[in-house]
Amino acid sequence: MAPAGPRSGDAIFASVERVNAELFTLTYGAIVRQLLTDLEEVEEVNKQLDQMGYNIGIRLIDEFLAKSNVSRCVDFKETAETIAKVGFKMFLGVTASVTNWDADGTCCSIVLEDNPLVDFVELPDTCQGLYYCNILSGVIRGALEMVSMKAEVTWIRDVLRGDDAFELQVKLLKQVPEEYPYKDDE
Amino acid sequence: MIGVGKIKQYSNVLDKPLSKGKQEVSLSAFAFLFSELVQYNQTQVDNIAELERRLEDAGYAVGARVLELLCHRIRLKMEEIVHEHLYALAAYLSTPLLFGNAILGNRRETRLLGILSFVHSTVWKVLFGKVADSLEKGTEHEDEYMISEKELLVNRFISIPKDMGTFNCGAFVAGIVRGVLDSAGFPAVVTAHFVPIEGQQRPRTTILIKFAEEVLRREARLG
Repeated sequence: MAPAGPRSGDAIFASVERVNAELFTLTYGAIVRQLLTDLEEVEEVNKQLDQMGYNIGIRLIDEFLAKSNVSRCVDFKETAETIAKVGFKMFLGVTASVTNWDADGTCCSIVLEDNPLVDFVELPDTCQGLYYCNILSGVIRGALEMVSMKAEVTWIRDVLRGDDAFELQVKLLKQVPEEYPYKDDE
Repeated sequence: MIGVGKIKQYSNVLDKPLSKGKQEVSLSAFAFLFSELVQYNQTQVDNIAELERRLEDAGYAVGARVLELLCHRIRLKMEEIVHEHLYALAAYLSTPLLFGNAILGNRRETRLLGILSFVHSTVWKVLFGKVADSLEKGTEHEDEYMISEKELLVNRFISIPKDMGTFNCGAFVAGIVRGVLDSAGFPAVVTAHFVPIEGQQRPRTTILIKFAEEVLRREARLG
C-alpha cells in the first residue's frame, strides 16, 4: 500500500459522521449559560471555558492525527496552516485562514470566516467582558501542547464584540523537547 | 485570500436572516462538547439525581429554543411554498400533514398527539438526523407516553461507571423534550431510563413523558 499523504480538511469532513450544527450551537449556549449562573463573574467563565477547551484539545489531537494522516510539521508556519485548513474544517466544517505573521514566524492570526458557535447569540450588556468562544482558544492550546508546543492563544477580534471577524492570535512560546517518560537505566 | 468580508454584520441578531438549518459539524465535535458538559456538571453536584437535574436544565434551555426556531422556520417555509405554488394553494391546504403534523403557520400544536408526534418526528429529525425509533402510550397510566431510541446520540460515547448506578446522560435529551413541551404549553415531567433489550448488549433509552393534569383536562375538553 502506498503511504497515504495528508488528507484535505474537506475530504475528512465529508467522510466523518456529522450532526446538525444547531444542536451543537444550542448545547454550547446552554453550557455558557450554566457557567454564567454558577460562576457569576465573567472572568471566571472565560477561564472555565478555556479549561474545557483545553481538556477537549488534549483528547481531540488523537483523533485529528489518526484521521488526517498529517505527520510532523516542519515548522510553526505549517502547524498553523494545518490547524486552520484541516483542523477547523474537519471538526466544525468551517474554513479559516492564517495571516499577520510576525518576522520570526512564531506568532500569527487565525481568522475564522464562519463560526457555528455564535449562531443566535447576542451578548447582553452584563456580559461585555465575556469571550463567548473561549473554548476554541483552549482547544488549540491543548492540542498544541500534545505535540510539544507551548502556545498562547488570545482573541484579537470577535464579531460578538462588534468586530468584523473572528481572529485568534496564536503565539508559540516554546517547543518542549520530547522526553521519554522513563530513564534508560531504570 | 485573507479571510475577511465573508461574515456579514448585523447590528441586531434578529435582523440576521434565519439559516436553513442545513449546516453540520462533526459528531466528534459534539461528543467532545457534550462530554465536557457532563464532566463540568459532575464537579458541581454531590449525587446522581442532582447531576441528572442539571443536565436536564441544560437540555431544557435547548428545547425551548428549538421550538421557537422550528416554528419560525416552518412559517418561512410555508410562505415560500405559498408564493411558489399559489395556484396549487387549494390542493395544498387539503394536505395539512405536510410537515408531519407540526405547527402550521404561526400556529402551534394544541393537541396532545400532535405535539408528541412533532417531538418524535420533526424535533428528532432536526436534532438527531432521524425520527425517533418509537412513540408509545404507557399501558398503566393515561398520562404517560414514551419515546424510545435504541442508540441515543448522547449515550453513544458514554459508559456509565458501576458506582454511578442508574445515571443516564439521556437526562439532557429529556430536558430538551421538556423544554419543547413546556414552551408549547404542555407542561410535563420528563425522565430518561435505560431499558435492557434481550439479545443486545446495550440497553435502549426510553424518554418517559408524564403530562401535568391540566394538559389531560384540556385534552378531554377539546374532545
